[in-house]
Amino acid sequence: MATASSAPQPSQQPLETPQAAVQEQSTPISLGRESGGILVLLIFIAVLILTTNDFLTLTNLDNLIRQVAVFAILSVGQLFVILTGGIDLSVGSILGLSGGVTALLLASGVPIPITILVGLLAGLATGLVNGVLVTRLKLPPFIATLGMLGVARGLVLLWTGAKTIAPLPDAFNNIANGFILGLPSLFWILILVTIVAAFVLGRTVFGRYVYAVGSNAESARLSGVPVNLVLLAVYSISGLLAGFAGILTTSRLGAGIPTAGTGYELQAIAGAVIGGASLSGAKGRTIGAVLGALIMGLLANGGNLLAIDPFYLQIAIGLLIILAVYFDHLQGLSFNLMRRAA
Amino acid sequence: MDTSISSVTPLVRLSHVSKSFGPVQVLKDVTLEMHRGEVLCLAGENGAGKSTLIKILTGAIPRDAGEYLIDGKDAGSPSPSQARALGVGVVYQELSLLPEVSVEENLLMGHLPATGGVVNRRELRAHAARMLERVGLNSVNPAALISELPVATRQMVEIAKVLGANARIVIFDEPTTALSEADAQHLLRLINRLKTEEGVAVLYVTHRLEEIFEIGDRITVLRDGQFITTAPTSEFTHDSLIRSMVGRQIEALYPKREEKRFGKVVLSVQGLRLQGSPYPINLEVRAGEIVGLGGLVGAGRTETVRAIFGADPHGTGKVFVDGKPLRSGSPADAVKAGLGLLTEDRKELGILADLSIRENVTIADLSEVTRAGVISRGQEVSLVTRLVPRLRLKYHSTEQPISSLSGGNQQKVLLSRWLATRAKVLLLDEPTKGVDVGAKADIYTIIGDLATRGLGIVVVSSYLPELLGICDRVIVLHDFGVTGELSIEEATEEAVLRLASSTPVMMTA
Repeated sequence: MATASSAPQPSQQPLETPQAAVQEQSTPISLGRESGGILVLLIFIAVLILTTNDFLTLTNLDNLIRQVAVFAILSVGQLFVILTGGIDLSVGSILGLSGGVTALLLASGVPIPITILVGLLAGLATGLVNGVLVTRLKLPPFIATLGMLGVARGLVLLWTGAKTIAPLPDAFNNIANGFILGLPSLFWILILVTIVAAFVLGRTVFGRYVYAVGSNAESARLSGVPVNLVLLAVYSISGLLAGFAGILTTSRLGAGIPTAGTGYELQAIAGAVIGGASLSGAKGRTIGAVLGALIMGLLANGGNLLAIDPFYLQIAIGLLIILAVYFDHLQGLSFNLMRRAA
Repeated sequence: MDTSISSVTPLVRLSHVSKSFGPVQVLKDVTLEMHRGEVLCLAGENGAGKSTLIKILTGAIPRDAGEYLIDGKDAGSPSPSQARALGVGVVYQELSLLPEVSVEENLLMGHLPATGGVVNRRELRAHAARMLERVGLNSVNPAALISELPVATRQMVEIAKVLGANARIVIFDEPTTALSEADAQHLLRLINRLKTEEGVAVLYVTHRLEEIFEIGDRITVLRDGQFITTAPTSEFTHDSLIRSMVGRQIEALYPKREEKRFGKVVLSVQGLRLQGSPYPINLEVRAGEIVGLGGLVGAGRTETVRAIFGADPHGTGKVFVDGKPLRSGSPADAVKAGLGLLTEDRKELGILADLSIRENVTIADLSEVTRAGVISRGQEVSLVTRLVPRLRLKYHSTEQPISSLSGGNQQKVLLSRWLATRAKVLLLDEPTKGVDVGAKADIYTIIGDLATRGLGIVVVSSYLPELLGICDRVIVLHDFGVTGELSIEEATEEAVLRLASSTPVMMTA
């Protein structure tokens, strides 16, 4: 430890800081902002177990996880951007673009690993362009990514001639449809993405910088945080994960569908927000985004099982978003009262 | 409590009021009386409970216990609009006016004169003109946008707005913080007029003790949420007021540094030009030296430290930290090279409001607590707990958000942000702005300690006693150029002020 530790002792009176304060550091594992989400999730699961016979069947759970995984991966990518106070509207289109590019290459006989690599690079590059638009041209993220939503979708429609690309090699289709240790491969992929993202956001310097930028970008810059690099990185990560989700979608469907992922950006944002992310930045965690996506998936799945009109489900998801943010707002209010105290 | 005035019914009486937020009791059994035609000053350090008391008066928050009487009648727990109807108005330090809306609409926002939802322009104009007249703003065009007005005028418009709602009880919360000396005087005269001519009861809250003695009829002192005393201003002296606010003797506000030993030059600025100014700025700071940047508001002091730090790119000029040249326009490089900047605007440019104290302290140099890009929470906490005891910081847990601290304590956390880096040079821009007197003394001590440890320090301050009290050398700026340099022996307030209005000298590198 450099000079910091060797400073002179305070010259005057004893400290007013109660020493007890120092001891209560060990933060218990807090459910924090995700507690509401966990509760809703448990209630949904309980209701579905009680009201349906099919919920707990392997086929259904397998189905559920395959549906949810793609959305959850998108939500995690979206979370990185939202934490900086931004938004990424282009993830649905990037999903389509990466999936389409991969499918095109597969159809023309390129080896599978290379097609996947190119698909991932397409997502990464598109995200990077978003980042450049935000940091260099100083465009509001909403506008930059709204533009990219159109551009990326247009590109994939153009390149595929708006036609579905099929059939694809079985080895490729098995990636998202296979099983590992008896569980769907997508389940393991989702777990892996969640753990890596949670680690990056929670434990690394980069993760800390993401929260700092979202809290106050200018303060962060004046503390020496490389704000523009952080922003480039979060849009690239969002793009990369959207590209990854695109490849998984193509593999799961066994076909490159140029319109795949249309509207998914809103699902991704909703997942992050239901999971406790604040659109003004600096609030939210990986596990929350995954929970949020899971809750939405459960709603759709449960609705299916209970044969509820899907239009009602759409209404329910809309209300859920409103409620989630409202409860968060209430929490914020009580928190504000607390902070006035000190 | 003062019993001599109990014969008259006070206009406002809060008695034995308590308030807790969760486990934290912020007000304990506080009593306060306001009378017609009187200015009551509320004195206390940050965190003493002044803001909470104001919020109870205005109905922004309910109290837990105690009575609230207006005109001898129980006011209950009024909502903000009920409190306004009872005649309570507040002028905040941060203005509540809408910048892109006209003066007249701002004045009557919320109750615009209208028939069937259509605004009656003529009545609006007439009404607004009357309100402006009341505060002596006859020359202001009611149709002008707020954003076109100077800050001092906006403040007056704000006061007109508050008074316009028939306020008999007006609370001023740090109204002069953003004002120049002349504008502040104008405001104080206006308050005096409101008091004597209109019989308004004024509650005045400020950190500037001079103002308390200038305007206050009586003073109520709070400390740590507790009522300490109420007495006529004449019964206080400057020192006795500070003593009752702080609760401890502050022997010397500006600490004496025992042995001053200046080392090699740690910061060297050569030929720095600000925003196309013709005057290049050269300056040197040695290890262990505290150099003050003096001058009037707008002289270019903040711009100078920001340019040195690389916060704004500067075209010409070189900055050397510890002999090594610094790339312009990159705060990240500046931090790596060993510079630290404490900004004037704590809220907008300093704190990371959503993050905890711990995260705010370590953000500028995570390398100390990081291995291969991974932060060690344990090392972080031990770094923070090692740093904060020196700061006399009042806090509950390193995990609480920094925004839950008072201004002085936030400033201490920001200082420890630079203690945590291996900074060689600190640039402190108005380090005690909006900070109460107890925390000020602490901050001066910390600055002194840092210099003794061999850091080079640049302090920007508009408050001359502070500049002369802590610095070893003062450089005076005017018009974005250096007008002169004074050793601490030569530096008197007059000498600094004289330089602050002279023409910059052309320096050669």
